[in-house]
Amino acid sequence: MRRPGARAVWALHLAVILLLLGLQVVVPPFHQIMLARIMVLAVYAIGYNVLLGYAGLMSLGHAMLFASGMYATGLTILYFGVGAGAAFGLGVLASAVMATALGLVTLRASRVSFLIVTMMFSQAFYLATLYFNEITMGDQGFIISGQLAPLRAGGREFAFSDPAVKYNLALVVFALCLMLSVWLTRSPIGRVLVGVRENEERTRLLGYNPLSYKLLALIASGTIAGASGSLYTLMFSYVGSSFASILYSIYPLLWTLLGGTGTTLGPLLGTALMTYVVDIASGLTSSYLLLVGATLLILIMWFPAGVMGGIRTRWARWLP
Amino acid sequence: MSFEGHLFLALLEGTVTGFVLALTALGLSLVFGVMRIVNVAHGEFFMLGAVIAWYFSTLPGGFLPALVAAPLLVGAAAFLADRLVLRRLEYKPESTIVATIGLLYIIQQLVLTVYGPYARPVAAPVYFRLDFPWFGYSGYKLVVAGVSAALLGATWLVMSRTTLGLYMRATQQDREMAQAFGVSVDRVYALVFALGAGLAAMAGALVVPIQQAHYLMGLDALLMSFIVVILGGLGSLGGTVAAAFLIGVSDGLVSVFFSPTLAKIVATLLVALVLVLRTGGLFGEEGT
Repeated sequence: MRRPGARAVWALHLAVILLLLGLQVVVPPFHQIMLARIMVLAVYAIGYNVLLGYAGLMSLGHAMLFASGMYATGLTILYFGVGAGAAFGLGVLASAVMATALGLVTLRASRVSFLIVTMMFSQAFYLATLYFNEITMGDQGFIISGQLAPLRAGGREFAFSDPAVKYNLALVVFALCLMLSVWLTRSPIGRVLVGVRENEERTRLLGYNPLSYKLLALIASGTIAGASGSLYTLMFSYVGSSFASILYSIYPLLWTLLGGTGTTLGPLLGTALMTYVVDIASGLTSSYLLLVGATLLILIMWFPAGVMGGIRTRWARWLP
Repeated sequence: MSFEGHLFLALLEGTVTGFVLALTALGLSLVFGVMRIVNVAHGEFFMLGAVIAWYFSTLPGGFLPALVAAPLLVGAAAFLADRLVLRRLEYKPESTIVATIGLLYIIQQLVLTVYGPYARPVAAPVYFRLDFPWFGYSGYKLVVAGVSAALLGATWLVMSRTTLGLYMRATQQDREMAQAFGVSVDRVYALVFALGAGLAAMAGALVVPIQQAHYLMGLDALLMSFIVVILGGLGSLGGTVAAAFLIGVSDGLVSVFFSPTLAKIVATLLVALVLVLRTGGLFGEEGT
């Protein structure tokens, strides 16, 4: 069945990407860096949303997958001087492997247990980054700008320190992941995932194996999260334990809830709003995480559908 | 110090840790068992207890009144949180987890604002030294263990011998049936949440003279409590206490002979696997 508005859906997402492409010419340098950061982190949120929004699984351990991408990219550049492209590939691969392992172990647990178990594994990963501090430099972290060779394409060199390079690199990866998530939700796989989310038993009776679909969603989710972590490392050239901490598992949950769980544009919107709010608040007070807590509480109590979810129910039912 | 000295120190430290851990985790276990919710803000109640104890130690009354005031104040705060937040969410598991994550950051950051980012020490209310052949040991740590043991016993008595305990156990076993028999489930929930928080606050207040009060101390308490509660079986009191000792002593051993971080990694991975393989834990009945 061809749903009405298929063309409108693609046009809308394309328009968002074109808008982001155009914005870099208009906005001042500070906001250009902010937007670049938002796009990379939005990729993380898109990955998280694949699992929470479509498979209905809430994880508190995504920091482990995000940080796997970071460390795989950062460490191979730091110790082996690997090129940026290869390091990115390794980052994505590492997080895919981690997500597969995490899924094979944790998906046996029921929903609430899944939450706690993913948190536990992620915490063990975080502690491991502290324990092996001779390699990872633990809390202090390390900077890779000295070892990172500029990107070469079409006979030209692109340095990662250049804001325009950062911005467009983030935009390319963001656009790819956004389109991937739109495609995924409209594909037969996405439909089955929604079926698993809404009624696992019935999906099983229809002849699908919910476990393998959940595993698929977790791998896709973790790989996208890892791509985000890897790209973050290349763009900001810093890797530290704090990115593996529990806060970085809660951030994507917050961004996704704020933007709207199970909507394709929600993660971008949530990330953008929260990143700007946190940036402004952290300039005013050291207790800026209070906002993180308050937003979570307000969202879950009064606006569980988030911004895009609200827009969808009220005005635009066709939004994916 | 000789090997026996190290071993003895590890066992002693482990036992004290085990008692405090049992007290902290007991609150989490009660809340999970009776209300079927996971309280991620539990560690912050522990931290609040510690900070309140520090505050009292600066007053003329000294540290001791804090042992009464901290659990009462924190219990009252938890009671409010239950009424204003958790009840409105109808105790849905995933919503309450998100809400308690929110509470975690709200409490933690408010303490950061009011109390500041300092780690503040408190002098022990009693000071004596026990001399062992290898080292001298702070007597207050043994007092902490003793008080914790007494409180664990008291909680057990309340659960097994009083009407309130009966209501709690009835609610835990079958919420609807308890309601049908005239138990005010609503009130039981609020009381259990307050009691759980109060126990954590008590543990926090007790350890301040050993550990110092800091606004980030809650996360570690939370994770250790999770480990204990999962290992002991969600909602099983005896299991919680047994697991607290197992974790306390093995943590003491690995910390003394290897490293505290390694001890935590091992415990965390172990427990995650336990939860995956058996939802009921080692001692408890089959969980949710």
